[in-house]
Amino acid sequence: MNEGRPAAFYALAAFFGLFVLFLYGPMIVIFILSFQGPTGGLTFPMNGVSLHWFQRLWEGGGIVDIAGAFKRSLALGLVVMALTVLLSLMAGLAFRKKFKGSDALFYVAVASLIVPSIVTSLGIAIEFHVLDDLLKTYGPSWIADNLTTTMGQFTSGLGAHLTWTLPFGLLVMFAIFNRFDIRYEEAARDQGATPWQTLRHVVLPIILPSVIGVGLFGFTLSWDEIARSSQTMGEHNTLPMELQALTTTVTNPDIYALGTSTTAVSFAVIAIALVAIAILRARQARYGSDAGQA
Amino acid sequence: MPFGLVFAVFFVLPLAFVVMVSFWDYNDYEMLPAFTSRSYAESFEGCLTQLPDLCTMLATYLSTAKFCLIVWALTLIIGFTVAYFLAFYVRSPTTQMVLFLVCTIPFWTSNVIRMISWIPLLGRNGLVNQMLMSVHLVDAPVEWLLYSQFSVALAFVHLFTFFMVAPIFNSMMRIDRRLIEAAYDSGASAWQMLTNVIIPLSKPGIAIGSIFVVTIVMGDYITFSVMGGGQIASAGKIIATRLNALQFPPAAASAVILLCATMLIITVLNRIVDVRKEL
Repeated sequence: MNEGRPAAFYALAAFFGLFVLFLYGPMIVIFILSFQGPTGGLTFPMNGVSLHWFQRLWEGGGIVDIAGAFKRSLALGLVVMALTVLLSLMAGLAFRKKFKGSDALFYVAVASLIVPSIVTSLGIAIEFHVLDDLLKTYGPSWIADNLTTTMGQFTSGLGAHLTWTLPFGLLVMFAIFNRFDIRYEEAARDQGATPWQTLRHVVLPIILPSVIGVGLFGFTLSWDEIARSSQTMGEHNTLPMELQALTTTVTNPDIYALGTSTTAVSFAVIAIALVAIAILRARQARYGSDAGQA
Repeated sequence: MPFGLVFAVFFVLPLAFVVMVSFWDYNDYEMLPAFTSRSYAESFEGCLTQLPDLCTMLATYLSTAKFCLIVWALTLIIGFTVAYFLAFYVRSPTTQMVLFLVCTIPFWTSNVIRMISWIPLLGRNGLVNQMLMSVHLVDAPVEWLLYSQFSVALAFVHLFTFFMVAPIFNSMMRIDRRLIEAAYDSGASAWQMLTNVIIPLSKPGIAIGSIFVVTIVMGDYITFSVMGGGQIASAGKIIATRLNALQFPPAAASAVILLCATMLIITVLNRIVDVRKEL
């Protein structure tokens, strides 16, 4: 198997190349088309090259409150990211030892990935409706009189996103700690480090690149999430929801401009995360071991 | 533990509410907390009386199941081939990582945008039609490329093959290379190695990928509505349609039906491959 490239290699490599083209081709097409000239349409040919549709987009021409949705999605994505990192890290550390209910919790987390998003979304919506009714009927008057709804971006919406990002975070954490060399911790403990010092100075620096990966999942999954958001965001829509609403009335290239902008944010976040991971890995390789040094 | 709390409040409790409300009554404005099976009765309306014709609910589930099967077969073949190439034919670990990342990055971008991006290719005046016309394969634009069953299936394969690639790749990387060497030394051909060693040992990954793909297609309504042009019904879309009419109990009833159908499929898949044992 290891002598020379077999013919199968070239066939499979070609297949892989086609797959990558299949993945990226359409994205590249809308990227190009979003620079369509002012008189251009939804498909080729390009009628000149311009930033016309981007400009129209940011002026809000024709499309409802895109800048607002953009900011809302960004804020929600950042909060979801922070909470996903924090909670997954805590859970990952806790899951290293068996605790009461750890199996059950693991299965619930996996089920949360598998249960159709729309069902979860519906459930959360009903839950908050019932909560509203209860508060209005039985709550103290200062709540009952002023309350319109408890549903909102940072209550039900945030929760809905977390049920989607946390299972991914947990799975990544499992992958990290399965490969973690427990001897580092033992060495730290033997030298008299407290549990907190061990975590802060030994465990965290080692797993930091992967933790950034969890953050990447947290942000991008939230940034693009629709099905769970659909019933839980309250009165304001997030960006992907606006985008989906637009797809029913696609008439000109501003939807491509919006697509390109959204993808640009995703790519920027992915790039930042990957570069950070690469830098940390390089640092670990450089300073990580003092074996054989005086 | 806050991690468990999040799932209790935003996942377990909501599911309980869905089941509860599916048995509630409702009128035009609100749901009424009184026990009734009305939502279920209405969901399955005509299923017995219309026989041998299929009622709406059964017909929809049948059509969704058909999509599941097509998409599952395609993603499995493509996903397995890609993972097989990455795991066994790319030699340097760095190249392997980079190529795997190349497959992963689209997963981190918006699904809706990846759907929209087919419009300029498949549309009436899209690239594919322009090409077909210019080589005179067809005289008039092909209409079934976009907003059709074809485009829905295509979008699913485009969006979710990653869910096959990742677990299968993971399983393959765990295969002890000495087994491969042993098979090679015993004179196994590449094909025998694939069917007798690699495929059996990749089974857990295949099972996990299959569960992901099948449940996603079962519960999806966005791909069906964006790529189907409103023409194609699906199990998930029933819920979305009823929700748009603000009728919670019937929506909850269809959600419970969908959950049962999904669990049934997972149980069957579990029978074929014991996922827990293989992990």
